[in-house]
Amino acid sequence: MRKMKRVLAVALAGVLVLSMVACSNKSSKEKDTETATTEETTSPDNSATEESEAPAATEASITGSITGSGSSALLPLAQDAADKFKATNPDVSITLNAGGSGEGLKQVAEGTVDIGNSDVEAEAKLEADQAKDLVDHKVCVITMAPIANKDVSEKVKSLTKEQLIGIFTGKTTNWKDVGGPDEAVVLVTRPETSGTRALFTKYALDGKEEASNASLETDDSGTLLQSVASQKGAIGYVALSYLVNNDTVGTIGIDGVEPTLENTYNGTYPVWGYEHMYTKGEAKDAAKAYIDYVMSDDYGSQMEALGYNVASKMTVTR
Amino acid sequence: MFKNGMFQKEYLGRTIVTICGFFMIVLTFFIGIFLVYKGSGTFTKYGHSITEFLFSSEWDPADNFTGGGKVGAAIYIFGSISTCMLALCIATPFSIASAIFMTMISPKLGKRIYRPAVEIFVGIPSVVYGWIGLTILVPVIRDRMHQGFGFSVLAASIVLAVMIFPSITTVVADAIENVPKEYIEGSYALGSTRWQSIYRIIIPTAKTGVLTGVILGLARAFGEALAVAMVIGKMRAFPKNIFSPTSNLTAAITSDMGGAANGGEYNIALWTMALLLFVISLLFIFIVHFITRSGEKHA
Repeated sequence: MRKMKRVLAVALAGVLVLSMVACSNKSSKEKDTETATTEETTSPDNSATEESEAPAATEASITGSITGSGSSALLPLAQDAADKFKATNPDVSITLNAGGSGEGLKQVAEGTVDIGNSDVEAEAKLEADQAKDLVDHKVCVITMAPIANKDVSEKVKSLTKEQLIGIFTGKTTNWKDVGGPDEAVVLVTRPETSGTRALFTKYALDGKEEASNASLETDDSGTLLQSVASQKGAIGYVALSYLVNNDTVGTIGIDGVEPTLENTYNGTYPVWGYEHMYTKGEAKDAAKAYIDYVMSDDYGSQMEALGYNVASKMTVTR
Repeated sequence: MFKNGMFQKEYLGRTIVTICGFFMIVLTFFIGIFLVYKGSGTFTKYGHSITEFLFSSEWDPADNFTGGGKVGAAIYIFGSISTCMLALCIATPFSIASAIFMTMISPKLGKRIYRPAVEIFVGIPSVVYGWIGLTILVPVIRDRMHQGFGFSVLAASIVLAVMIFPSITTVVADAIENVPKEYIEGSYALGSTRWQSIYRIIIPTAKTGVLTGVILGLARAFGEALAVAMVIGKMRAFPKNIFSPTSNLTAAITSDMGGAANGGEYNIALWTMALLLFVISLLFIFIVHFITRSGEKHA
């Protein structure tokens, strides 16, 4: 019994050390670590057969590991693209995290991750000397839509910009003032440092600050959606990608223009912005292949199905 | 495995234990140093006063490196204090009553069912409490009691109360069990009823333990982030009453820590809040030690 315990303890310690080694290798950026970790973690005879097969199969394809972090608005797209990319390039491992644009930019500037996803340009969140090495890839365009509880959106299909500003700055407090039902306006917003909020404030509210002292704040767009759907008289905003396959809330047009992918393409709908994937220095190897894939025409239709705009199809630029 | 018996018998275990012990001390120390290093930036790098941070309610830090925003965190501080105090008011009577029930009134049931049941509460992850609060408490306050948004100080306090109830109960129950048997028997011998000896003898004797339990509960409530953030509404305004939403320190940190520019005024202001939380919990621990020590002197 005691002997068994000892063996178990040694085995556990071994596993622990191995996993530590594996982890540290993954985060370090040398190209050949991927093969090194597989050698360590698989049993000898197993890796031998793999190695003998590997050169033939991977001659033309891409190998390596990619790590990414940042914007939660871009994550669903990045994750979907990663799954599709891995289907054709099985030797690439991609690890993606949310955590916010600020965090993503910080990590890519420090070299902790290969790709930093961001809703805003790096210069806005990093000091100049940190941002200067980063290379921007505008992978897609994201459209933000005002959304409201169903009982409001059934009557109010569109608001003028002044009305929208009035509502979000807390001046308009009842929906009947803008042609809606007799219900109090409930503002549901995102945190001040959110990229979604920054875009919405800039292009839908002409830079007027939202009334933070009268709004319910939610950490992520999913929760916001749920809040707006369950709260009478609620209004908020999310990216169109959150409204694919979701009809629990209604969208509201701005100055008569519906928030749709088409209206963003033709330049009539104003609330949109680029989503960025940043790399430290020019993207290379696996990361480059992945970003190229995300921006490729092949992936474009899938991108639109997920509710994002393809950057190359924009008729207007910023 | 080791030939050297003496080494294995004495020094191996001792070394491991000592290393682990020192590691914890060093870790706590470094977390403290790190928080001071990061959090003091608001006052040194961006030149705000401590008074502004603690007592001003104007919160508008600039999300850049030039600064010049406002860092008044009074709303968050007040939100934390008010929800925790209310939670304590709700939880403490229940905790003391439960502790008395499971130690004095029905010790058999207490030991076999009640205590394990209370201990299960401790193991439930906070996100579960928060989620239950969000799906049951918030709609009930909004739709049944017709009070505003449902997201409120009350909802946050109830969730917190449920979370700290087990910690307080266990500490208080331990304290009651440590009351010397002679005291209780003496009181019975003098002709007091069970209830008389409970509130005249046992509670006063176990006072130190009760206070310790309450403060540990308070410390836990102060640091809880997730569950509170889900039901408090995060509106940056002082609550008008217990049915209105507000925000607190932990919710403010979690919602903006990922988005704020690293090292910018906003980010540093959040670190200052983290430092404040650390200082508050240190304070609580000191109070607990102070109470325990003065309790020992009296006994």
